[in-house]
Amino acid sequence: MTLTESLAALSSGQTTPTALVEELLSQIESQNETIGALISYDKERALAEAAKADTSLPLGGVPIVLKDNINALDDPCTCASKFLENTYRSPYDATVTRKLREAGAILLGRANMDEFAMGSSTENSALMKTVNPHDHSRIPGGSSGGSAAAVASGMAIAALGSDTGGSIRQPAAHCGIVGMKPSYGRVSRYGVVAFASSLDQVGPLANNVEDVARVLQVIAGHDPLDSTSLDAPVPDFLATLNDGVKGLRIGLPKQYFAHGLRPEMESLIRAAAARLEKQGASLVEVDLPSTEAAVATYYILAPAEASSNLSRFDGIRYGHRSSEAEDIIDTYKKSREEGFGPEVKRRILLGTYVLSSGYYDAYYSRAQKVRTLIQREFAAAFEQADVLLTPTSPRPARKIGACEEDPLDDYLADIFTISANLAGLPGISIPCGKVDSGDGAKLPVGVQILAPHLRDDLVLQVAKAAELTNE
Amino acid sequence: MSDSQLSLKRIAELARLDLSDEEISTFEGQLTHILEHIDTLKSIDVDGVEPSAHPTPVFDVLRPDESRPGLSPEAFLQNAPDQAQGQIRVPKVVDAG
Repeated sequence: MTLTESLAALSSGQTTPTALVEELLSQIESQNETIGALISYDKERALAEAAKADTSLPLGGVPIVLKDNINALDDPCTCASKFLENTYRSPYDATVTRKLREAGAILLGRANMDEFAMGSSTENSALMKTVNPHDHSRIPGGSSGGSAAAVASGMAIAALGSDTGGSIRQPAAHCGIVGMKPSYGRVSRYGVVAFASSLDQVGPLANNVEDVARVLQVIAGHDPLDSTSLDAPVPDFLATLNDGVKGLRIGLPKQYFAHGLRPEMESLIRAAAARLEKQGASLVEVDLPSTEAAVATYYILAPAEASSNLSRFDGIRYGHRSSEAEDIIDTYKKSREEGFGPEVKRRILLGTYVLSSGYYDAYYSRAQKVRTLIQREFAAAFEQADVLLTPTSPRPARKIGACEEDPLDDYLADIFTISANLAGLPGISIPCGKVDSGDGAKLPVGVQILAPHLRDDLVLQVAKAAELTNE
Repeated sequence: MSDSQLSLKRIAELARLDLSDEEISTFEGQLTHILEHIDTLKSIDVDGVEPSAHPTPVFDVLRPDESRPGLSPEAFLQNAPDQAQGQIRVPKVVDAG
């Protein structure tokens, strides 16, 4: 059942919050061991919250899953890391958590992820393995892979994820669901464990565009507790959701139809564009010449910010403290060495390197300038087009374990999602068909819609039109 | 790494990571490969381009300097690895002598 259908069934009395929670819990109990989507869930508490849920509220009685990097009072918040496993309970609610509670939502469980959101496969979780519900030998995508797999397998009707370089959109594409990264500054980051603060944004994953719009409506808005949260009015996303694409100019960036995009995926993306053209949109080719440079830019800036953000994990105030250490510096070094997994260490090392004396100008400063170029190119593209339509990922979900030796291979596959983070743009991935895996499975393909900053409404409107023309 | 040796031991020291010899050798290979890709940025002309630290302009945000509710000492200490007398206990920082 979709979130929108659940709300209708709750308001008509066809179902109750308790029945809804029980149904999802039974899905979790029968499937979570195989799929591995949720790190933790609290059955009694979810049922207790259901018993007193107020169904007159916007998300009244609707169970929601949180990615395990979003704080919720008294819950664990492991970030899928040994550093925080078993040792940390949130002393407060993240702003998005508070807003969900105030809207009547029930916190159902906490989703697996790549450790500290670093990765595109959820294989970097130090705590459990998540598989793709469409093919258990494949990754669900990442880093919000648990959130996506929970929705795709029917264990959740909606989930929150976080997206620093595609971590909501790519797992949504791989799992055949809808996932949206809102405009930078649209949703508060307060209480969400920081990876790269100039890129991170929280957003919803759900079964369809309207569900995503309903959750975004609740979590969006200015928050005095996050200085990068924008004091801009939040439009009524449902009001324009069904306005269609007639008269809109849809840009197809030519660089996004290259870079190893599988031909059978390209035809699905182009077919989605053609269906929107039939609905009255016009298609224009646009140029984003720095697309290829975005990967290198991102893998300088994101690790640089991460190396700084993750310095807070020092074994002093919370999390793992090594019992082997002799003095304070040794405590930092051993606690971090014992608590972090390999991908987190790699990125901290890379970030420390590009910020270190002698390399700062060559790497960090240069990447910040290329970031300006990327932003300018998007601004120019949005003079020719109202929205952009692209593939979400150049490939469908890959096999588990295929990139263990060479992390760069996964980094390069982020090419179609990371630019939106560098430019702060809103973006969504919605399903547009399936391709053959080559070994018997049908794998979902996602199409991405990008719009100018703060035009989250337009992203949703075009995505809704594209969704209606599917099948 | 095209123009200098990646001295991972020094970087690990700066990053406060007590890497094993095995990790140093694995990461050295992987990071060298990643840095080779990152070095492709050197071919882009950025003369006269201003750097961007954020996707959108960021302004200083000030609030009135008034006291407001915050975490209680108990909530703050609940996750501390070691505590005593309402404070976080830490390993020795300076020698008493």
